[in-house]
Amino acid sequence: MNYYLLIPFLPLAAFIINILFGKSIIRDKAHWVAIAAVAGSWVVSVATLTDVLSGKSLNQDIYTWILSGGFKVSVGFLIDQLTTVMLIVVTTCSMLIHIYSVGYMHGDKGYYRFFSYLSLFTFSMLMLVMANNFLQLYFGWEGVGLCSYFLIGYYFNKKSASDAGKKAFIVNRFGDFGFGLGIIIIFLTFGTVYYEPVFSQAGAFAAKTVNFLGYDVHLMTLIALLLFCGSVGKSAQMPLHVWLPDAMEGPTPVSALIHAATMVTAGVFLVARCNPIFSLSETALIVVALVGAITSLFAATIALVQNDLKRIIAYSTISQLGYMFLACGVGAYTAGVFHLYTHAFFKALLFLCAGSVMHAMAGELDIQKMGGLKKYMPVTYWTMFIASLSISGIPGFAGFFSKDEILWLAYSSPNPVGKLVWAIGAFVAFLTAFYSFRLIFLTFHSTFRGTHEQEHHLHESPKSMTVPLMLLCIGAVAAGWVGIPSVLGGGAHFTEFMRPILGHPEGHGTHAEELVVMGISVAAGFLGIGLAYYMYLMRKDLPVKLAAQFNGAYKVLFNKYYVDELYSFLIIRPTIWIAKNVLIGVTDAKVIEAIVNGVPGAIGAFSRQLRKAQTGFLHHYATIMAMGLLVILVLMLMR
Amino acid sequence: MVPLQWYLMLSAAVFTIGVFGFITRRNIIIMFMSIELMLNAVNISLVSFSHYLQDLRGQILVFFIITVAAAEAAIGLAIIIALFRNKTTAHVDDMNEMKG
Repeated sequence: MNYYLLIPFLPLAAFIINILFGKSIIRDKAHWVAIAAVAGSWVVSVATLTDVLSGKSLNQDIYTWILSGGFKVSVGFLIDQLTTVMLIVVTTCSMLIHIYSVGYMHGDKGYYRFFSYLSLFTFSMLMLVMANNFLQLYFGWEGVGLCSYFLIGYYFNKKSASDAGKKAFIVNRFGDFGFGLGIIIIFLTFGTVYYEPVFSQAGAFAAKTVNFLGYDVHLMTLIALLLFCGSVGKSAQMPLHVWLPDAMEGPTPVSALIHAATMVTAGVFLVARCNPIFSLSETALIVVALVGAITSLFAATIALVQNDLKRIIAYSTISQLGYMFLACGVGAYTAGVFHLYTHAFFKALLFLCAGSVMHAMAGELDIQKMGGLKKYMPVTYWTMFIASLSISGIPGFAGFFSKDEILWLAYSSPNPVGKLVWAIGAFVAFLTAFYSFRLIFLTFHSTFRGTHEQEHHLHESPKSMTVPLMLLCIGAVAAGWVGIPSVLGGGAHFTEFMRPILGHPEGHGTHAEELVVMGISVAAGFLGIGLAYYMYLMRKDLPVKLAAQFNGAYKVLFNKYYVDELYSFLIIRPTIWIAKNVLIGVTDAKVIEAIVNGVPGAIGAFSRQLRKAQTGFLHHYATIMAMGLLVILVLMLMR
Repeated sequence: MVPLQWYLMLSAAVFTIGVFGFITRRNIIIMFMSIELMLNAVNISLVSFSHYLQDLRGQILVFFIITVAAAEAAIGLAIIIALFRNKTTAHVDDMNEMKG
């Protein structure tokens, strides 16, 4: 099974080739290198999947990275069920998005740069999911963060894009700080950062408490919550979600790959990977479930009133990530990872369709200025329609199986907040269907509301863009079929496959209850679609009226609950005030400059006094010499 | 036989004259001559000790000093001439540019 090494290192090689030779030699052929590498990774990933399906797994160190006393870290790879699912998700999405980018980024000045970053991202993401220790995970984690920064700020001469890149990076620092502390505490507790010994010994520390900031807390709760800090940052959960909508400044394929399908799900992967730690702490699980549920509700309500095509999908991503955490929080890690896997397909598809629409609309993103695009771009319309059905949880589509699994396991969970998060989840399912179809109806149905010039420009995207759409569409429909629950006569293969790694929640419930829960979520989905149809196709005056009637609520939602303004007030402006008045005004002007200017000033004043001894009159020097001689003579005689 | 002390007293007297002349006089040529006096006072004491101790090393040192003094006289006089040409004076109080 040693060919697995090719999976991360092919994209790395593509990155090195493109970054070194892209500008001068390869230029507009850069995609060949990148696509060949990621396709190779995909083939090897599929081979790895078949190996794992036949019962093999692997945990191997290949290179000693750090060796210092008792601290040893290697570059090592762990290939098990969870890793292979992530490998398939990452390489499949990455490959299709690489192909899509050929059409989307055609003729761009930084073509080679785009593909090199995409390869570097794929490498980092694969290192993240294949790691067998926390430090390598952290390496991949920061690597994907860095690539995300590069790619959000890809159009760096646009101020909003470079600001968004910085915002993503800085907000992630908050989460990663906690994550780093978590790894340090893991090392202090277990003496190692490898998964295998940490997870197998975690049970022994279950009852241990430590004093943290004056409170006695369970060690495992502390570790789990610190690790979860990292997840909150990377997966854009409350309260660190603010960077993800802004990250839409990047090129659309980047939004699809990094900010929908792969990188942002790293947080869910982390929680799933560390499930032996999380499962030991009920407090941590409740926090995870509540953060997930609140985030999903919060983001879904914002998405209801936004008009920016990509931002609606971005809030939808945040909301769906909240779903995944909700699942992990009730102990249903398999359902969380299952949703991660199906979500990657339909969300990447939604973004790529949005990119296709942008392509036709020459960069226009306001859905109020679209409409009637259906007849100009049928492929985009139908694929996006199917992706929206999938995310709305319509039976038969991928999203239905994973969402239903989450809601059922939340409902049947013994977790004290299980019922609460189920209710939130079911309501969010309704909201999700509503805003997804609001997007579809406003964009593709009725008549075009843009300028005449724009209408003239409307066209279906080139083959290199529509083919990945159709391929992803297959995933958005069929990806869920591996996890059809037993109540519907399926084998729940996904859950069984994951059981050795992620276990299975202890929930109890009858088949009848399960069908009722399923019925509620399906009804919520249809209700959402129906309401969107009623409001945006039949009674087109209704949305405006409602917005006017509930002006206060509308404003709050439209301004995203003023979270950005709140952070600006609480963090950014005080920081700038401190920088201006304390750091520049006091530290810099009064302390550092006092030292820098004071030391030479004192030396100067001293030497000005000393200079007076230098009269320039020869006899003064001679007298001093003679006096000196006399003194020496006297001293010698008196001895 | 003249005793050693006399020679040393002569040496000290000549040296003191040299020092006194160097400090008090302002004419650069006189000061230069005073330096020569001091060097020769040292030479006297070296020779007298050499004779007293019956050791020729002292006299060898005297040759060195005479050589150095000759070189110094040559260079020193050249500098004095150069100074005189620039300043048209040999008075050291007029030469006080080398101050801080």
